[in-house]
Amino acid sequence: MQRFTCPFCGLRDEREFSFAGESGKTRPDTAAEVSDADWSAYLFTGTNPRGRTDEIWVHTPCQEYFRMIRDTVTMEVLETVPLRRDPS
Amino acid sequence: MKRYSAFAIAREGFRAHKGWDRAWTAPEPRKNYDVIIVGAGGHGLATAYYLGRNFGITNVAILEKGWLGGGNTGRNTTIIRSNYLQDPSAAIYEKARSLYETLSQDLNYNVMFSPRGLIMLAQTHHEVRGYQRTAHANKLQGVDTEWISPTRVKELCPIIELKGPRYPVLGGLYQERGGTARHDAVAWGYARACSAMGMDIIQNCEVTGIRTEAGRVRGVSTTKGEIDCQKLGIVVAGHSGVLAQMAGFRLPIESVALQALVSEPIKPCMDVVVMANTVHGYMSQSDKGEMVIGGGADGFNNYTQRGSFHHIEETVRSLIETFPMVSRLKMLRQWGGIVDMTGDRSPILSKTPVDNIFINCGWGTGGFKAIPGSGWGFAELMATGESALCEAFSLDRFRAGRFIDESVAAGVAH
Ligand SMILES: Cc1cc2nc3c(=O)[nH]c(=O)nc-3n(C[C@H](O)[C@H](O)[C@H](O)COP(=O)(O)OP(=O)(O)OC[C@H]3O[C@@H](n4cnc5c(N)ncnc54)[C@H](O)[C@@H]3O)c2cc1C
Ligand SMILES: [Zn+2]
Repeated sequence: MQRFTCPFCGLRDEREFSFAGESGKTRPDTAAEVSDADWSAYLFTGTNPRGRTDEIWVHTPCQEYFRMIRDTVTMEVLETVPLRRDPS
Repeated sequence: MKRYSAFAIAREGFRAHKGWDRAWTAPEPRKNYDVIIVGAGGHGLATAYYLGRNFGITNVAILEKGWLGGGNTGRNTTIIRSNYLQDPSAAIYEKARSLYETLSQDLNYNVMFSPRGLIMLAQTHHEVRGYQRTAHANKLQGVDTEWISPTRVKELCPIIELKGPRYPVLGGLYQERGGTARHDAVAWGYARACSAMGMDIIQNCEVTGIRTEAGRVRGVSTTKGEIDCQKLGIVVAGHSGVLAQMAGFRLPIESVALQALVSEPIKPCMDVVVMANTVHGYMSQSDKGEMVIGGGADGFNNYTQRGSFHHIEETVRSLIETFPMVSRLKMLRQWGGIVDMTGDRSPILSKTPVDNIFINCGWGTGGFKAIPGSGWGFAELMATGESALCEAFSLDRFRAGRFIDESVAAGVAH
């Protein structure tokens, strides 16, 4: 079983975490006109990288969202930081 | 190609089996092909085969970074069924299932298709309604399925526990001609037939780049050099996003590890395939006697071909409720494959933003059953630019909002 580091609670079992989304993917401004292409890209198209990835996760027990930089091939977790801080 | 037959076995028996040919050749790539297929999994090989058989296109190379059939095609639990709800899915999966019926004869290669029957258990009232609806839809689509009672489920599969404390068996959707086939043999059979038509299957040849010119494909860069082509088919399952990026577009695909496991071999105890979608488990017995069990998919993207261990625990824990005898079994092996998941969990067989690049992906957790039908339709799409089987599965459906809603039929990995 893998363990991830919650920036607030420390090293915890993988089952306590959920993937929430890709970092830096912003919801189009729905008050303005949004094209079908932009909207479907937002909903369905991610970068799905092989290697380094930058994502938002949530730690269920503390309900904090945070940023996780990890490698999708080696499963190595490179960094986890609170959303307010920039990764190094 | 020398034909395989009982006579051939007898003949070879008299000369110490020295006269067999290699099943396929191992050529070096040429400079130029009419069609290049990337990925020698079942879907890539079947596409090449039907390009040759149905359209006479044989100047074809199939490039594979590892060994043929070493991706998901060689890692799946081999369930074949076509009991889907929506018309486009029923059409392509039933085309595939019906081609499986005669595939061994067509390819002159025993793919061990075993239409032993398949039950999808209904264990909640929601599922009862869902599967009854599917049974009605299948009647209209000409797919042979029926709704059966718990008593009939028990008759077909005596090792099942109907009164499970949390999820009693309330009935099932039964497809009598569903079943399994030998996954490796499907890849090998198609590969042998492709090679016999003069196609080049090039293993240990990874595509590392895609060359385009004025919005049109020119060729690919590989670990065995540059190769040109008129048309390119990308059929690489979990690596579709990586290949799309080389060609400069993105796909609505997420890659995750999906796992399976097998038990020690035991005496025959189950001659149907049973899927229990509510508890996320399914099981069949292999010809060797192992219980073949499908596990869950990881909840986040990765390319590890391994999977998270707790999914195995969860699968086995929930299966024990429906099949109490599983608790006495030792599990032998576990493995994973990288599956390609789309937003609506249906595949993509489509043209792409680059002219003459076609993509066949998104089969996710359930594409083994589709191999012959997918190859049939995708070959037609690549050869003629159009295919009725593929039309509803175009990339454009995500923009247009025309999703193929199969959530009832495909709630679990299989
Ligand atoms: C554990 C598990 C259980 C499953 N159970 C079932 C089931 O019971 N029933 C069912 O119908 N389906 C099942 N599936 C799904 C099924 O296995 C797949 O949908 C199907 O095999 C996909 O076939 P494919 O040819 O598209 O991909 P693959 O067989 O994965 O072939 C793709 C090939 O592309 C190659 N490739 C990748 N990148 C490159 C590159 N850059 N250059 C060259 N080659 C490259 C890979 O090496 C690979 O061989 C299961 C999958 C898994 C993982
Ligand atoms: Zn926490």
